[in-house]
Amino acid sequence: MRAPVSWIREYVDLPDGLSTEDLAAKLTALGLKLESLTYPGADVTGPLVVGKVLTKEPEPQKNGKTINWCTVDVGDANGTGEPQGIVCGAHNFEPGDLVVVVLPGAVLPGGFEISARKTYGHVSAGMICSARELGLGDDHTGIIVLPPDAGQPGESVREYLHLDDEVIEFEINPDRAYALSLRGVAREAALGFDAPYTDPAARDVPEPNADGYPVLVEDPEGCPVFVARTVTGFDPAAPTPRWMARRIQLAGMRPISLAVDVTNYVMLELGHPIHGYDLDRLQGPIRVRRATEGEHLTTLDDADRVLSAQDLVVTDDSGPIGLGGVMGGATTEMSGSTTRILVEVASWDPVSMFRTGKRHKLTSEAGKRNERGVDPTIPEAAADRVVELLVQYGGAVADPGVTKVGEPPASPSIRIAASLPARVTGMEIGADTVAENLTAVGCSVDGTEDLVVVPPPWRRDITDPFDLVEEVARIVGYDNVPSVLPPAPAGRGLTFTQQLRRRVGRTLAGAGYVEVLTFPFVGTEAFDSLELAEDDPRRFALRLANPLSAEAPLMTTTLLPGILETVARNTGRGNDDLALFEVATVTLPHGGPAAPILGVDRRPSDGEWDDLNKALPDQPLHLVLALAGDREPSGWWGAGRPVAWSDPIDSIREVAAALGVEVDVRTGKQAPWHPGRCAELFVGEVSLGYAGELHPRVCQALGVPARTAIAEIDLTALLAHAVAVVPAPEFSTYPVAKEDVALVVGADVPAEEVGRALREGAGALCESVRLFDVYRGEQIGEGRKSLAFALRFRAPDRTLTEAETGAARDAAVAVAVERFGAEQRA
Amino acid sequence: MSGPNSSYDPVQVTPLGEEEVFAMRDAALAAIAAASDLDELKRVRSEHAGDRSPLALANREIGALPPAARKETGARVGQARGAVNQALAVRQAELEAEAEERMLVDETVDVTLPWDRTPRGARHPITTMSERIADIFVAMGWEVAEGPLVEAEWLNFDALNLGPDHPARTMQDTFWTEPAENHVVLRTHTSPVQARTMLTREPPIYVVCPGRVFRTDEYDATHSPMFHQVEGLVVDEGITMAHLKGSLDHFAQAIFGEGITTRFRPSYFPFTEPSAEVDLVCFVCRGSGLVDEATCRTCRGEGWIEWGGCGVVNPRVLVACGVDAERYTGFAFGMGIDRTLMFRHGVEDLRSFFEGDVRFSRAFGTEI
Repeated sequence: MRAPVSWIREYVDLPDGLSTEDLAAKLTALGLKLESLTYPGADVTGPLVVGKVLTKEPEPQKNGKTINWCTVDVGDANGTGEPQGIVCGAHNFEPGDLVVVVLPGAVLPGGFEISARKTYGHVSAGMICSARELGLGDDHTGIIVLPPDAGQPGESVREYLHLDDEVIEFEINPDRAYALSLRGVAREAALGFDAPYTDPAARDVPEPNADGYPVLVEDPEGCPVFVARTVTGFDPAAPTPRWMARRIQLAGMRPISLAVDVTNYVMLELGHPIHGYDLDRLQGPIRVRRATEGEHLTTLDDADRVLSAQDLVVTDDSGPIGLGGVMGGATTEMSGSTTRILVEVASWDPVSMFRTGKRHKLTSEAGKRNERGVDPTIPEAAADRVVELLVQYGGAVADPGVTKVGEPPASPSIRIAASLPARVTGMEIGADTVAENLTAVGCSVDGTEDLVVVPPPWRRDITDPFDLVEEVARIVGYDNVPSVLPPAPAGRGLTFTQQLRRRVGRTLAGAGYVEVLTFPFVGTEAFDSLELAEDDPRRFALRLANPLSAEAPLMTTTLLPGILETVARNTGRGNDDLALFEVATVTLPHGGPAAPILGVDRRPSDGEWDDLNKALPDQPLHLVLALAGDREPSGWWGAGRPVAWSDPIDSIREVAAALGVEVDVRTGKQAPWHPGRCAELFVGEVSLGYAGELHPRVCQALGVPARTAIAEIDLTALLAHAVAVVPAPEFSTYPVAKEDVALVVGADVPAEEVGRALREGAGALCESVRLFDVYRGEQIGEGRKSLAFALRFRAPDRTLTEAETGAARDAAVAVAVERFGAEQRA
Repeated sequence: MSGPNSSYDPVQVTPLGEEEVFAMRDAALAAIAAASDLDELKRVRSEHAGDRSPLALANREIGALPPAARKETGARVGQARGAVNQALAVRQAELEAEAEERMLVDETVDVTLPWDRTPRGARHPITTMSERIADIFVAMGWEVAEGPLVEAEWLNFDALNLGPDHPARTMQDTFWTEPAENHVVLRTHTSPVQARTMLTREPPIYVVCPGRVFRTDEYDATHSPMFHQVEGLVVDEGITMAHLKGSLDHFAQAIFGEGITTRFRPSYFPFTEPSAEVDLVCFVCRGSGLVDEATCRTCRGEGWIEWGGCGVVNPRVLVACGVDAERYTGFAFGMGIDRTLMFRHGVEDLRSFFEGDVRFSRAFGTEI
């Protein structure tokens, strides 16, 4: 809402010398938030005067344009009293006309400095101005021609043009619809400065009678009040008075024609939307009803709209002629030949307005006010004000008929303990102050301790005692709220899971990984790029009804697309050596039932609560890793170590170790991993996810470096296995016995399984089995490999003998032989 | 050992005069002093203190001397050997120290050589800021509450006094999921966690909830379809706006430093009544609007920074969430974490948080 300060001051007698900044600050403190403060006219400086055109010589130019070489009487404003020679490109004036002249030394909006300069073979000493050049509007079709009474040549024209004003733009919250009007803004200013206020809606209006235009309201709930007035003999050519056009412009709307401008002006003034019809184009009585499903209406914006049975429409015998309260129809629109006007001021059901606006994606100044709720007691005043202005400036004659259908609904009575504002705000607010402040905002207040409060009709947002608390508090002043820490009981700190998540991030950062946060939006192309099979469950994703991009309408089921895109972006920027991680939820829909919309008048039942939660997709936390380039850089010490398939596997193990969990690694197969370099990671028999090298084709398709390595695991599943209380280890202090064995097995036998076989066979004395070498070569034979393991044995209560150790080693080897046909190398 | 050494003639007994013994001693001492490294000293030791050294031989001959001469000669030879051994020990220590010194010199390296073999990791500043905020409140006895990102419409809106036709629903441009009749949305704020908390815990409730939220904002330098909020909720007996102010003042000081307080401006949120917007004293110009006589860039000269929204929990929300609205009152607040980081650290472009350029997060290190 933009409010010209001159207009605010029309209704409230503000203290002398009050600056606009202080006014805006006060209103902000009351809840009308200052958005911006502008000083229209301030960007026009220097001499701007009335000029009288003396001569006008058209001079055709080589470029096809005709310019006018003029002499203009600017009185003494140019210091000489001589006529001023000015070149003008416009043609809409004649000698003898009064025009607006800006003289050398002046500056126009945009920092445009005026000086005498040579152009088209003349020295043009100034400029004859259009409205746009002065920042007075969009009109640039010609220069401003002033009426004969505008002033004497040489007199300043600023005041006449209403050039100078101050405009406060407010951000109006949905509960303060009344402040979408000068009436409301001025009322708040009066409240803030305890200043005298004149309500522009308080006027004597003619009584409704039977002579008005026939109106039938078939849906009084949708349209509780409908007021219609008519005028005849309106001069469609009558111009909008300059002050009115300027105010409309400063308030952020566009002046159009007197008839339209008057309705807009009164809407800005009183906050009540108004619609004008060309009375000659109306056919028969007006009816207000809900639309028939599928009915058509062409609205003022020339859009053909298919109506819903919930839309409120204004109709005549021809059918719908307007979307009630939202936008008028084209067939009855006022035009340049309209001489008879019907003025409609109707009060509409806000919810219907909101729904209709949303359904038809229509936002209008009228709709904005109607859906928030306007004062239902002022339609007669608003209509009368419109009629008054049409008569005054358009030469119209008011018809005696006054139509009024319906009565405004009564405001609710609200009971509130006078102690409530103090109890809620923590400020000391006495009962007297409560009653005083509520009266000041327009409420009627009864009682002393238990108050019965009736809010004013323009405050339809006030329905609850707490709404009244806010009114009292904002007048007492939010700045007076004391600062006191609440007495929280002893808390339990972070939950175990919350602590674990921090541990995961810290472990990875410690291992050189950089955390990234990516958007969860993907398209099926992302899954295609990862070469996910048609029936891969990860393709079953939750779809957004209104995605930002049609290419990414899905909530991702895997964190790989986001992190791989980040890898590509980084390498594109020359960040070649990368280790990235992200921890985020993925969305896994289960095709379950809909989430219920429950009541709000009570707590949901346990069953309802369960249903609601069951309807939500699973949202487990995932951990994803991506590495590219060198894991360790090369340097003066020698070559670096490129990222390997094994890095993400090791890092997942490191994370698991930080949680006290041991991860089993098995050969895996999963897109988009390299089919020969994919590990599946387990805790016990629970699969966490996969780690290894990204498929070379996928690397290429996504533009990430070759040999990029990745891991993605279900972190929620891993966290569930975290060890909360680590049992202290027991270990023997007797000497260790070491045995190395080398086993030749088929090349495709996983080392992890051979190791496990050794552990199983080695018995209780075995302390550890560690693979320390893998060898392939001629000595071993085609398709085979040699795995060298270091075994450590120790007893808790004695030093082991060679015989005991040898026996345990042989037992270990025996299992590997039996299970994999392993041959022991000498 | 089989018989006497061939060069040893026990019969030839020569009395050991003082001069002879001193000469042996002095020769040994001179050789010791002259030894320039440990190898040479080893040779000198063998030559002058070894089994075949003159003094050792002299010592052996003492037994063959007449008893009268034995004592005197024995003492003389013993003293000489003692002097030699001590000199050896001293020289040994000296030379060892020299050798060590030389070794250390030889092993000198250029310690300014870069050793950046271990890549530096970093957590995301949004993560670390979220944790920092959580820690501030946990230290006051609050707990950290959480909820899903894909949320029930009822929790995101209805339970928070945002009915289906509430104009405020249009203030929050919501991502809706298909099918529409499932009534599932991407949460537009962390406030559904408030409702979840009240529905699953008994008062007193003191929780803070940092988390991701989504709105259909086009992605640019100041808007993102995904961003982060932190929500606070307190429900207890006798809670007032003063407790809200106290909590926010404490929060502001913990993040921005001593003396940084907040102010309230009346505002509107469906889930709170009264509602307020929270401004923060600009922590750069400390409210003056000026830095070195120029307009403060952080607050654009206003002296205050818009920080978030807050208010007294609307009793309608308490009712929908099963809290006895007669007995309890509460307050709630919400701030943008991304925004807080932007003005605290001078982040110019919101997209820096989500692009994943490793140079960005690395600059913040692993804690904030």
